[in-house]
Amino acid sequence: MLRLEHVSYDAEDKIEILKDIDLEITDRFVAITGPNGGGKSTLARLIAGIIRPTQGRILLDGEDITDLTVTERARRGVSYAFQQPVRFKGLRVRDLLKLAAGKDTTLNDACAYLSEVGLCARDYIDRELNASLSGGEMKRIEIATILARNTRLSVFDEPEAGIDLWSFQNLIHVFEKMSRESGGSILIISHQERILSIAERIIVLSGGRVEKQGTREEILPGLLKDTCSVLQEKMKGGAE
Amino acid sequence: MDAIQKELLKQVADLDALPVGAYNIRADGKSIGRNSTANIQITPKEDLPGIDIHILPGTRNESMHIPVIMQESGLKDMVYNDFHVGENCDVTIVAGCGIHNCGTGTSAHDGIHTFYIGENSRVRYVEKHYGEGDGRGKQVMNPTTVIHLAKGASMTMETSQIKGIDDTVRTTSADLEEGAALVVREKILTTGDQKAETTFRVDLNGKGSSADVVSRSVARDQSSQHLIARVNGNSECAGHTECDSIIIDQGRVLAQPELEANCVDASLVHEAAIGKIAGEQLIKLMTLGLTEQEAEEQIINGFLR
Repeated sequence: MLRLEHVSYDAEDKIEILKDIDLEITDRFVAITGPNGGGKSTLARLIAGIIRPTQGRILLDGEDITDLTVTERARRGVSYAFQQPVRFKGLRVRDLLKLAAGKDTTLNDACAYLSEVGLCARDYIDRELNASLSGGEMKRIEIATILARNTRLSVFDEPEAGIDLWSFQNLIHVFEKMSRESGGSILIISHQERILSIAERIIVLSGGRVEKQGTREEILPGLLKDTCSVLQEKMKGGAE
Repeated sequence: MDAIQKELLKQVADLDALPVGAYNIRADGKSIGRNSTANIQITPKEDLPGIDIHILPGTRNESMHIPVIMQESGLKDMVYNDFHVGENCDVTIVAGCGIHNCGTGTSAHDGIHTFYIGENSRVRYVEKHYGEGDGRGKQVMNPTTVIHLAKGASMTMETSQIKGIDDTVRTTSADLEEGAALVVREKILTTGDQKAETTFRVDLNGKGSSADVVSRSVARDQSSQHLIARVNGNSECAGHTECDSIIIDQGRVLAQPELEANCVDASLVHEAAIGKIAGEQLIKLMTLGLTEQEAEEQIINGFLR
């Protein structure tokens, strides 16, 4: 479905962020994990088309999308949830859902998307996406826009960041349900064991390279073994 | 009314037909329709062009419309409208001016609206300015609004100039007595080589008076805007002014806050932000499948809603 062929990315100051990434993503639910600064978010931005690789090709269902714009990729079925959702003065939750769904959004439609992420449509549909919404609320709305799009590939960049513990439990159910019911594939960047434990496949990215990859059963025990017991407990506990 | 007049009326006052309640419709310098109600009396001025509006004390949940429409190229219309609002009223006043200029002469409308708002009355004042025309003649509007708020009175002024006005000098001044409140929401979009100058001057004279003046604007192409927001805190009061502008192409915006505290208990705040559309806002909407141009349009429409 998604293929990255020898993809490298150098930042403006020539620092190599990603080095010769060769990946084939065919599973319905894939998680990318690894230490901070390992290149995970860069990889997500490359897939969405926000940045272009210095070398290599990206293929979606066999089509070379390396040179396609963000818009063109979105129209071919790539969705991307920002790690830090963008705020807009004047635009409302209703407007964003409408643009995401590509059609007018009724209260019922909005309710279907927003209730999944634990928000009541009646309270939120006319709220402006400005500083009056908390980081956690923005994050949930961001995830709701991806649900509204319901595309071929949904990329989430650390969806758990900024979400409280109670919402985190629900977030897991959102991804489980999405993986079960939507026809598309999910690619999640995450540090959370709970998210990794529902992924079919896990890719560990470290120092800009794929350190290891395999099924959940193959990768997860090793990841936990490398972590000290205090950290393990904290990771099991939920969100940051 | 002809088709152009109807379209202008729709643009400035959201009217498809004659409004319910009190109204005065001025077309090309003359009144073409007027209706008073039991509580809202409209009478033409004898010495000057314009009307006097008297709203009886205790008038509640009533509205009036006083749109101005012009399509005679080269006409310069000046009008003085005085609003005398009694005590304990709660009314909505919809004004606005639409110019359709197909000729080569400059069409200009200068409206001077003066409000005398009685104690404990609430007024919502909505004003839209709109211009169109395929001729070389310019559309010019210079609205002046003078607001006197008595004890405990409040006014919310929603004013917008979204399209087609080549030159404008907008002046709003207000004085507030004890416990009075003024809220202003201004929206301006300039394009081409249009120029807009807006001045607010608010005197917070009474104890507990407050003003919240927010101007949102977009300057595109080679257009330019100049905003002066002056608040004088003359007693224990709260004043807030905000200028939020998006500039596109070679658009220019000068925001000039002026706060003067003449009382130690005056609390005055100004916020200003001018800049182009944030890149990440465009990218977010592009990840939803919009082109960069469509994304820009959505962001501006939302910003000026």
